[in-house]
Parts: sequence; structure tokens; C-alpha cells
Amino acid sequence: MNIVVCVKHIPDPNVPPEMDGDRLKREGVQGVLDPGDEFGVEAGLQLKEKNGGEVTLVSMGPATAREAVTRGLSMGADKGILISDDSLAGADALVTARVLAAAIKRNEFDLVIAGVESTDGYTGTMPGTLAELLGVPQVTFVKTLENVDATTAKVDRQTASGYHVVECALPAVMTVTAGVNEPRYASFKGIMAAKKKPLEELSLGDLGLTSDDVAINQKIAQITPAEERKAGEVFEDDGTGAAKIADFLKEAKVI
Amino acid sequence: MAKVWVYAEVHEGNLDPAALELLTKARDLGDAEAVVLGSGASDAAAKLGEYGAAVVHASDDAVYDDFIAQPHAHALHELIGQNNPDLIMFANNYDSRDIAGRLSAKTGSTLMGNATDILSVDKAQTSIFGGTQLVDVELEGSPRLVLVRPKSFEPSAAAAAGTVQQVSVEIPEDAKKAKRVERHEEQASGPKLDAAPVVVSGGRGLQEAGNFKLLEELASEIGNAAVGATRAVVDAGWVPYAMQIGQTGITVKPGVYIAVGISGATQHMVGMKGAKKIIAINKDEEAPIFSIADLGVVGDALKILPQLIEEVRNRKG
Repeated sequence: MNIVVCVKHIPDPNVPPEMDGDRLKREGVQGVLDPGDEFGVEAGLQLKEKNGGEVTLVSMGPATAREAVTRGLSMGADKGILISDDSLAGADALVTARVLAAAIKRNEFDLVIAGVESTDGYTGTMPGTLAELLGVPQVTFVKTLENVDATTAKVDRQTASGYHVVECALPAVMTVTAGVNEPRYASFKGIMAAKKKPLEELSLGDLGLTSDDVAINQKIAQITPAEERKAGEVFEDDGTGAAKIADFLKEAKVI
Repeated sequence: MAKVWVYAEVHEGNLDPAALELLTKARDLGDAEAVVLGSGASDAAAKLGEYGAAVVHASDDAVYDDFIAQPHAHALHELIGQNNPDLIMFANNYDSRDIAGRLSAKTGSTLMGNATDILSVDKAQTSIFGGTQLVDVELEGSPRLVLVRPKSFEPSAAAAAGTVQQVSVEIPEDAKKAKRVERHEEQASGPKLDAAPVVVSGGRGLQEAGNFKLLEELASEIGNAAVGATRAVVDAGWVPYAMQIGQTGITVKPGVYIAVGISGATQHMVGMKGAKKIIAINKDEEAPIFSIADLGVVGDALKILPQLIEEVRNRKG
């Protein structure tokens, strides 16, 4: 089974974000593999263990994004592809999907896995766009990936009020929720092995994409501070905290 | 006048109320029309008309219930070709997100996600960093495509014709590849989370799943209160996904929101900062949640909760 996992290198989500002009500041901020993508990598590895085959990581980002791909390789993925090009800075979801689709199409694939949404951008629309560009179905918000073989999948898809069981022909694009599995740690052996695994760096030219294909149309007009919600009083609990809250609820007329 | 479309979801015959919020805004932007696909679509048309849709493009075909995203994107693309709308608004919900994503590839329009306001037919706004910064984004493409967070607009009725135009688009076989074969609903007791006047919500600070029963006790003591949770504890399997409040999950705007053991990650704050009053209990005085709380108590939630249940009971007397 040829499994492709999309991974993203993002600024460490534990560091409060800052803007650099109209983009997220990345300089001087430690980058990490998006924690949401670790579930995707793990899902890919588990399917490979069950069905055989190969796990390929695909990422788009600056040269520093190698870190994220390498981390996935050290978890156990077989090889990586990083598409890096200066003209892709600030790419929107459509451009990202076009680039990833071009890279994925170069080889046969059975399943493309991604996280539900990136931890830094959290729009979650890229996988749907990618599926359409690849001409395959998509199942998003997958929370169990147990019944998947090389040609069909029967998976549970989370909904707002429960879940649906979905039967899907492969190849397909699927996004997995956090909690779908317990991502493995990269072992020392894995980290050493990752250094020898193939990690191909491609430019737009290598993918046959032109500057028209990747013209970024989403433009920021302006950024302004939102009206701040005023912080109220903060008390150290000295045993009267509960009473203060109850008084507050009474005043708000909810009890 | 610009032609502004709202894509309305129907689930098991029920219209998604977010469509009425979007129509309320669409009326201000231009000539509002709606598209609704799946069982119950024709019945939903009347309601969509009441909220300002002059025309409702509808199909009751079960193909839209059974298969995910592909048929809807295909039909919308055909309808766009026939009608040339300037802007299509979608609610930022599961199915719409998938459909809009596919449509973006078909039309080549850039899809804007997570909008919290539409400023004009070609400009929308979103908020970032837990709602502290507002970003105005210029929309491009024909039509422009935007996903709007539910509860961004207060719905209000303003009757329009609601004339139904049947959608008769042939759905190709290769758009029928992902099929729903079973549907499971998780039943929650008490008031609905997104409509409850009081929401009591818990995070990692509750330390273990079993302690959620303290929140349920508090909610039932307050009365007319629902219990919610952060993504962290849903992912940890403590409570079902239907209780998740935040970017992924439900957006709530209750009168009072009580955040217990919740630090205030961006992902959570965007789903609850619209509450009229916010109370926070957390042991870390640096927790971001305190920056938006009207009343903050720095302390041990597990100690305070039983006392609070008692205090509420006493005051209700």
C-alpha cells in the first residue's frame, strides 16, 4: 500500500505567536512538526504495518521545514519530499494544495493522510481541495482507521453530534483527528536511521508548475487590534473563591 | 446588485440554523439566494425565504445525503456556471468545509476560512491569536468563496419570495465514492450546549475523566446549564466529541461561561469568547483565560467545585 502523509512545519505552538508585517513571524521561532500531523504519521505507519507498503511524507515549506519531515522519518516513515521555493512564501490553501497534488501525482498512491487542520492556520480546507485536484474522494475527521486495505476503507467519521460510518473506495484523501491513535516517540535508532533515509527537495520547476499556478490571491488588507475584552478581578483562592463565584452567578441572575 | 449565495446544510431533513445567520448578512451585501441539497431541501426553502432568500436552488435527491462532498461540489459548480453568483457563503461546519474545499479547486477561487465577518462582497474579516487581532482579507475569484464561523451574525427574519428552483444536475458515478453507511448520534442530556444560557466547561486542570461529574453536578445545581469541554480532554477520551467547544467543535455564546481548569488555548477561546460573562478557575495565575475573565479565581478546581456546588445550593435556598 502506497501511503502518503502530508506534514507541516509550524512555529512551536507553545510559544505565543507574533506578527511580522502581515505574516506570522517565523524567524527566531523554533519550528516543530505540527502536533496534529503526528497522528497522521502514526496512522500511516500502522497501516503499513498491517498491509505492507511504504509511507512517504510530503511537505511544502522553507528549507527549515526539513526538520519536520526528518522528525516523521525518525518515527518510521520511509522517505520524504519537501517542496521548497521562495515564491511559495505566504501560500494560501489553494496554492498549497496545487503544489502538494503535483508532488503526490508523480507516483502511484492508495491513500493520502493529513491532520484535520494545521495547528497554526486551522482552516482545514486544504485536504478537500487536494482531493479534488487528485480526482479522488475525501473523508475528513476520521477517528478510526482500522478497516482499511489497499482498495477500500470503512472508517468512522466524527460529526457534530456523533459519528458516521463511511465506506470509501481508494485511492482517497483522509484527515485524521487527534486522538485517532497514540503517536509513537522517535527512538534513538529511529533518529539515526532517519539521517540515511531519502529526503528529496523539489522546486516548482521540478513539478512542472508555473508562477501562474502558484499566484497567491488571498491578500491581507489590514490588521487591527480587536476591541479588548477587559479582564475583571482575579483573586487568589483563600477559601472564599467558591462564595465569590456564587455571588457572581446570583448577580448575573442565573441562580 | 451583487448576487450573494448562501450554502445551507440539511441534516436528516433539518435545516442547519447557521444558514439563517448567513442569509441575514447576505441580504445586506446584495441579492440573497440560497442553495440547499439533500432530503428536506424543498421543505427548508420556506424558512430560507423567511430570512431573505429570493430564490432557493433546491434538490431533495438522497445522493446528497448518502455521499460526502463530491456530489455537492459538482452540483454547485454546475449552478455557478448557470447563474454566476459573486460570492458564496458557507458555514464553517464539517460538510461545508469539505464541499467548499473541493469547489475551490474547481473554480480556482481562493477559499477564505474562519471568517467572523463579511465587510463587503470582496472583503471578509477573521480574528487570530485568540481573537486579539482582526485581519481583513481581500477575496479573489469568481465566485468568491468564504467559510463563516457559526454565530458570527444574529439571525433576523425579513421575508423574501423564497422561490424554489429545482436543481437537476446529473451526478456522475465517480462522484459517488465516499458513502455514509451508518449514522450514530451521541445523546446529551440537559439543554443543548450551543443554546444553554449557562455553560460549565472543563479542561486538563480537572486531572481525570471521573472529575467531570463535578461539572455535571454543578450544572444541574445551577439549572438550565450545559457541560462543555476543551479539545485536550476530548482528544484524551474523557468526554465525547459532541461536548467540544472551540475552533473545531461548537461555538457558544451563553450568558455565563464557567471555565474550570482551562488554560485558554486559542483553539478554545475562539469558541467561547462571545459569552456575556466569563468566570475562570485555574491554578496557574498566568493562564491566558484570566485575561478575558470577568471573575477569575486562582486555585485548585477540585477543592473549589464541591464548595461551589454547596454555595449555589444555599443561595437558591
